[in-house]
Amino acid sequence: MSQPSRLFRIAQPLLRPLTWGDAVVILGLALLLYLGIRLGLGAPAVVKGPEIDLAPRVLPYYVGLSLGRMLAAYFLSILFSMAFGYLAARSRSAEKVLIPLLDVLQSIPILSFLPVALLSLSAVLPIPWAVELSSIVLIFTSQAWNIGFAWYQSLTTIPRNLGQASTIFNFNRWLRFKTLELPFAAISLIWNSMASWAGGWFFLMAAEIFSVGERNFRLPGLGAYLQEAANQGSLEAIAWGLGALVLTIVTLDQLVWRPLLAWSERFTMSLVESPNPPTAWFYDALRNSRMLHFLTASVGRPLWQRVDEWLCRSPSPFRVTDKPKRRRVWVWYVLLAAASLPLVYGLFLTVKMLGMLPLEKWGEIARGTLITLLRVIAALIIALGWTIPAGVAIGSNPRLSAWLQPMVQVAASLPATALFPILLLLVLGLPGGLNVAAILLMLLGTQWYLLFNIIAGASAIPRELRYTSDLLQLSRWERWRSLILPAIFPYTITGAIAAGGGAWNASVVAEYTQFGGETFHTIGVGALIAEATGAGNFPLLLAATLALILTVVIINRFFWQRLYRLAEERYRME
Amino acid sequence: MAANGSLLELRRINQIYGGGEQTFTAIRDVTLTLNEGEFATLMGPTGCGKSTLLRIITGLQPPTAGEVLYRGKPLRGVNPHATIVFQTFALFPWLTVQENVEVALKARGVPPKLRITRALDLLDRVGLDGFENAYPRELSGGMLQKVGFARAMAVEPELLCLDEPFSALDVLSAESLRGELLELWTGGVIPTRAILLATHNIEEAVLLADRILVMDKDPGRVIMNLKVELPHPRQRKDPKFLNLVDRVYMVLAGHTQPEHVEMGTAPGEPGRTRALPHINIDDLTGLMEHLDAMPDNRADIYALARELQVNSDELLRLIEAAELLGFATIAYGDITLNPLGETFAEASIRARKEIFATRIRRLPLFKWLLSMLRATDKKQLEWDVIQKALELEFHEEEAERQLDTAIDWGRYAELLAYDDSSQILFLEPGGGIGFGKKEVLPHEQP
Repeated sequence: MSQPSRLFRIAQPLLRPLTWGDAVVILGLALLLYLGIRLGLGAPAVVKGPEIDLAPRVLPYYVGLSLGRMLAAYFLSILFSMAFGYLAARSRSAEKVLIPLLDVLQSIPILSFLPVALLSLSAVLPIPWAVELSSIVLIFTSQAWNIGFAWYQSLTTIPRNLGQASTIFNFNRWLRFKTLELPFAAISLIWNSMASWAGGWFFLMAAEIFSVGERNFRLPGLGAYLQEAANQGSLEAIAWGLGALVLTIVTLDQLVWRPLLAWSERFTMSLVESPNPPTAWFYDALRNSRMLHFLTASVGRPLWQRVDEWLCRSPSPFRVTDKPKRRRVWVWYVLLAAASLPLVYGLFLTVKMLGMLPLEKWGEIARGTLITLLRVIAALIIALGWTIPAGVAIGSNPRLSAWLQPMVQVAASLPATALFPILLLLVLGLPGGLNVAAILLMLLGTQWYLLFNIIAGASAIPRELRYTSDLLQLSRWERWRSLILPAIFPYTITGAIAAGGGAWNASVVAEYTQFGGETFHTIGVGALIAEATGAGNFPLLLAATLALILTVVIINRFFWQRLYRLAEERYRME
Repeated sequence: MAANGSLLELRRINQIYGGGEQTFTAIRDVTLTLNEGEFATLMGPTGCGKSTLLRIITGLQPPTAGEVLYRGKPLRGVNPHATIVFQTFALFPWLTVQENVEVALKARGVPPKLRITRALDLLDRVGLDGFENAYPRELSGGMLQKVGFARAMAVEPELLCLDEPFSALDVLSAESLRGELLELWTGGVIPTRAILLATHNIEEAVLLADRILVMDKDPGRVIMNLKVELPHPRQRKDPKFLNLVDRVYMVLAGHTQPEHVEMGTAPGEPGRTRALPHINIDDLTGLMEHLDAMPDNRADIYALARELQVNSDELLRLIEAAELLGFATIAYGDITLNPLGETFAEASIRARKEIFATRIRRLPLFKWLLSMLRATDKKQLEWDVIQKALELEFHEEEAERQLDTAIDWGRYAELLAYDDSSQILFLEPGGGIGFGKKEVLPHEQP
């Protein structure tokens, strides 16, 4: 039986019924939003960033700057994920709040409100610093969540006997991390890092140029270059920018991710060797390099060994079976009580700000949310319409899938946002204008999740079942009904959850765009958010974002959760 | 090795899971002593708490009540002088064989050079010289367990705990590894002062140990302390050896009790609910047919295990089922087929189902289940509802297993039907009221 080749292994959001944790999270978010907006109001009125040069020769420099930002954000994400994972995996009570928090955070457009909150930094830091930091944190918010999930899930699914072996042999913290936790999580962490980088590219444009009311902030970088090119309507510059972006993504894929994947093959848990392990020419080249061998043997390894020995020497936790400490719980309660007063006051202020919004605006938000919902549904249906036949065709044919897999992967990590301007040019003339075009724009960003998962599902259909359906001479329709559709169902649901989330996120950019100095917008909650940000209408921004968060959370919990459970229980082939 | 004083002492160890009304006692009042120079086995059916006891002894898990004394001192946390060899090997797949052994030494702070020599020496001793650089996925089960042994030996434990180390291996590898373990132990080349082996294999226990602690389940407890005074190497065909095996079987299989004692009470009623042994019905039929072919329809249980090539744990469960269904009687380590069992063995497929149905309808657990189903409007119940009710008598895992078994038996008897996708259990039409109402369809083979 062929190994199911999962193209993208993204940590699944843990879908559970609503808990008190969710309520805490949503209240907390509302409060944070409010505080951010309040602080944002105190930022200086006019900030002019550097001019963005559109000459192609600046591109290498810009790419370097953007890569630097992405890297910084990625390290931040790793740090966050480690801390998050340990905290959530160790403490039951922390887990109850942290998991819903991450679940919500990864399905809402943080882009809509974070710039405002982050610019409050400019009240304390010099403006260039504040802007740079804001940008990095913005990219971080598009990278961190799934890595956090992946690490948490790995920590909680470590095989029991390996955990016990580590304990009985008295591994200290470091040895446990190095020998057990990190290797066990490695493959999942790498796949999720790849997905995170794709997410980072998606938001790069928005993270390098953003305006709040009259205040316009920009940073030199590839994202800003693309944005500026779109603003000026320069097709030539857009082409150069896109070229640089594609080159960067392909290079990273070939020189970083493929080799990492090939290397990480050693961390599979399975006790049989995989029939077709991932390979990478660059990895093979590195392995065969004499100079590299010499360097690692003479410098790298001895140095590493010294550090390792030193870390191994710290005391082992001989007493692992300590009883839970009562004192800690007590401290928590006191802290909670102390924190609750300002919290209540903050929530009161939040509600007060929401109260400032006139009634008809609320109606507009409700209507916008509904219309965006319809668009998301339409985008999903269109995406399903082409990805199911295409995905099954690719997945059923191993040769085709081996050939297309790398290409599809690169295509998917191309940020749809960068393609928006070109697409806009094409679709704005169509009947319906942006109203219909927004659906296409959403589609562009989300269809890949579906395609990947369906390919994976189709390639995981056991060969015996294919033979059986051949032998039974099932008609084409019967074959789809009794074999293919049920087999890809769980994968399709997984893909659709990711695609749906992506579509909601994309609504902010899809329903409200600027091109060639003009602003195009249509009705929708995304447009409302973008508009409110642009106009500095903070009560509206707060209300619309909260409405979006609630809608997404409710849909996830009440719609996707059921389908997901059905898929897991009935149609899982493993 | 001379026995000089106790190494390990357990005092009234209890392990209780759950809280509130649904508590389940995994281990009740286990008191035992392990002396230096002793090779003891904890022997008992699956689910009697052997593994839990090993975890408590090594300090991986604190007991709910009771005390573990090591060299006379109460144990706190993990015992640094003890180690475990795991049934599933617990090797790190991303480390080579050598690194897997080395890492145990590394954790003890052994310097690098010494680590390498010691690891290589140990691998050499278990016969894995030449495989140092192999990864676990390249090795067979028997070799993997050798790595497990080498790793355990590396830390020079005074107390070596073995948690069913041979159960995941094929018959031949297991046999050779047993021999090698004995060689290491009796040869005195390892600094280990005592070995405690958990197993459900009776012959294995008699083959290796100086003392067998026989445990039983519901709740897990020690029911017999048997000394084995045969010299090594022991011969499996030796009458003394067979006698010991027979004795252990006798204790574990027990004697058939009067029916009301044997069957216990229904869930929720006072008294113990008799758990259904988790068996495959085809295996039971096979056993009945085999007994039917024996002279006098009688067999020695220990001999059966050899003839049928099944492990003792499985055989004991099958025998328990035969006894519970009233197909056979157990006495003094012998099993005898009843007239009913004889009829069952010789009946057609359809008639077997009918006999089976009448028999299981007498079991309190089934009576209870069927009356619950009949009491509902649609004659159906959700899995979760029944499981919750069963959890008043069994712990969660066991409740699930009980329901699983009940559904399997009920389906075979055509009393119950179960829809896995909706997780709903319902009465077969006519089932639970009286059998024989179903017409035998012409195309069905009688």
